[in-house]
Amino acid sequence: MAPRLIRNIKLVDPETDEVATGWLRILDGLIDACGTDPAATLSSDDVTDGRGLYCAPGIVDLGVKVCEPGERHKESYASAGRAAAAGGVTTIITRPDTDPAIDTPEALEFVARRATEDAIVRVHHMAALTKARAGQEMAEIGFLKDAGAVAFTDCDHVIADTKVFSRALTYAKAIDALVMVHAQERILSKGAVATSGKFASLRGLPAASPMAERMELDRLIALGEMTGAALHIDQITTARALPALARAKANAVNITAGTSIHHLTLNALDISDYRTFFKVKPPLRDEEDRQAVVEALREGAIDVLSSMHTPQDEESKRLPYEIAAAGAVALETLLPAALRLYHADALTLPQLFRAMTLAPAKRLGLDVGTLRPGAPADLVIFDPDAPVMIDRTKLESKSKNTPFDTARLQGKVRATFVGGECVFGGLDA
Amino acid sequence: MTFTQRHLLGIEPLHPTEITALLDLADQYVDLNRSASKHSDALAGLTQINMFFENSTRTQASFELAGKRLGADVMNMAMQTSSTKKGETLIDTALTLNAMHPDLLVVRHPQSGAVDLLAQKVNCAVLNAGDGKHEHPTQAMLDALTIRRAKGRLHRLRIAICGDIAHSRVARSNILLLGKMENRVRLVGPPTLIPSGMSEFGVEVFHDMAEGIQDADVVMMLRLQKERMDGGFIPSEREYYHRYGLDAEKLALAAPDAIVMHPGPMNRGVEIDGDIADDINRSVIQEQVEMGVAVRMAAMDLLARNHKARPREVEV
Repeated sequence: MAPRLIRNIKLVDPETDEVATGWLRILDGLIDACGTDPAATLSSDDVTDGRGLYCAPGIVDLGVKVCEPGERHKESYASAGRAAAAGGVTTIITRPDTDPAIDTPEALEFVARRATEDAIVRVHHMAALTKARAGQEMAEIGFLKDAGAVAFTDCDHVIADTKVFSRALTYAKAIDALVMVHAQERILSKGAVATSGKFASLRGLPAASPMAERMELDRLIALGEMTGAALHIDQITTARALPALARAKANAVNITAGTSIHHLTLNALDISDYRTFFKVKPPLRDEEDRQAVVEALREGAIDVLSSMHTPQDEESKRLPYEIAAAGAVALETLLPAALRLYHADALTLPQLFRAMTLAPAKRLGLDVGTLRPGAPADLVIFDPDAPVMIDRTKLESKSKNTPFDTARLQGKVRATFVGGECVFGGLDA
Repeated sequence: MTFTQRHLLGIEPLHPTEITALLDLADQYVDLNRSASKHSDALAGLTQINMFFENSTRTQASFELAGKRLGADVMNMAMQTSSTKKGETLIDTALTLNAMHPDLLVVRHPQSGAVDLLAQKVNCAVLNAGDGKHEHPTQAMLDALTIRRAKGRLHRLRIAICGDIAHSRVARSNILLLGKMENRVRLVGPPTLIPSGMSEFGVEVFHDMAEGIQDADVVMMLRLQKERMDGGFIPSEREYYHRYGLDAEKLALAAPDAIVMHPGPMNRGVEIDGDIADDINRSVIQEQVEMGVAVRMAAMDLLARNHKARPREVEV
């Protein structure tokens, strides 16, 4: 295949922390070479001018729910793949909280086959840590790892039995498996749909203290220290959890943390008059917490930014707030929402892309998330300034539950490449 | 300015002049209710449906009587035994009822925000008769009318709301209303029954009852639900009565002409001493019930007028 050269484009490099005008050549599905020196010396039959556009590694989205098996009407591998491509996401890492859970090698093989057949982006799968995510018995994590599971998680189920939990982590450590965990103290946060404070009191919603996060985090850190297992906290969303996280990292506990785009860009007041599309888990926090999370992401204390894509149909959302389903779709809105922070001068493009590409790829041991020559040519070409108005009915996801409906954002994906193939948009128009 | 709302979902969206307008009309209905004929044709030809997804005797009876005295056709639906038990969603129930062309829907629901959700899907006026732990606007209105008639004004009063604030929609609506009318509101109760963030509402919080009701013009007691009494939120019923029950000794600390209120039904000997509840010089608990009917007549009358003036088709 002939090499393809894109020049005059701003390269966003999360490794060097720089944005510079340069060129990038794709050959045989890989990044053949890239640089910031004049590209005139390079030859190629297929040259594109990328003036005004930015090129970054394709987004690696850790913790996406695709609703196969069980609820294909909410999201299939085909629709999730299209949504990802439209959002500049080139690798999705799926969650096992399907119905039934992905807790056997046979179930993993089923979803892997579905993903290979239907999804137009790369898909890796996480598997359950315990059978049926019930926190009672370990899943066959050795077999599951051999079958391709990149990490293990019971998702939002917190394992209550510390014996079961510590043994599972010890076992996972022995086979070098990463475990993703949810940091909400389960008794305190049981039944809570809001963060306690003025807003929850005014609306009369069952609420839990933000300290529920810090409490469970402390337990997880102790378990990590005890077992030596590699832990990734799915979402850190409160200011008061951050010092504990920083201490654990300083003490060389093998721990990383993520946060969701919703906790990074929205706060509890956005729920307003019981808007259920803003119901996520954990619940949206106060503005002070949101700002602390932005700061932590800038400093690298929080490593990963994910969409926490969770499709829900209309029926499960058109209910009183307390009993409505939690979760929001976000594959397509992740990048434009994240760019809000770039436009607000809160985070730079390399900082954002480090959290959306390099950091998750590294943690999972994937060779993507970089512009380095030799890496797969998984790229997103975007215009960070182009205005967009989110229209939920136009989303590629089968479910339309986005809190950003009618939001005016800036940032449009122009093209998405996976292994050098254009899977969304294009550069020639 | 007059009353411009299309629904009465809570006190939060109301302007103080709207509260005054409603109370003024309610005063007139108090006179009507005390007269011999007790009947008006304000709602003649209109249909009022009472949908109670949660048990209620007093509030439902009050709304029913209010509608009937104004000449409306009133229907009661006991939603706990209806198709919602068969899995029908709240929205579907709303759409079904909407097709019957009611003019006034009175709704009580165990979940906060459920009445707001329902109001988005129907063409008629919706009155919130209590949703979860959120609001109970007609209760706050009847309390306000009772205070205004007993005290001659509804501003610059020291009002102590005592007891289980955390689980009380009555407390939330009262805090909002009394705050809007520029009173000094105090919340009195054990810390486990005071919701978080309350000091940001412009109220004072007291955990010591003696301090909290000191010089109060109005002492408003709240019901303590039986299921919250043992161990979970408070150590025991008797400890609660000792520390937070209203007896003669504690009431002596309030202003000499302080009135005692309770939204009912009362737990005598838990949150309030029986003798105080029955003391006609202090207790206005029976007046509250009387004002309830008048306030609900006024609320339904005003909403019906607004809908007649500006009919609307909602997208459903």
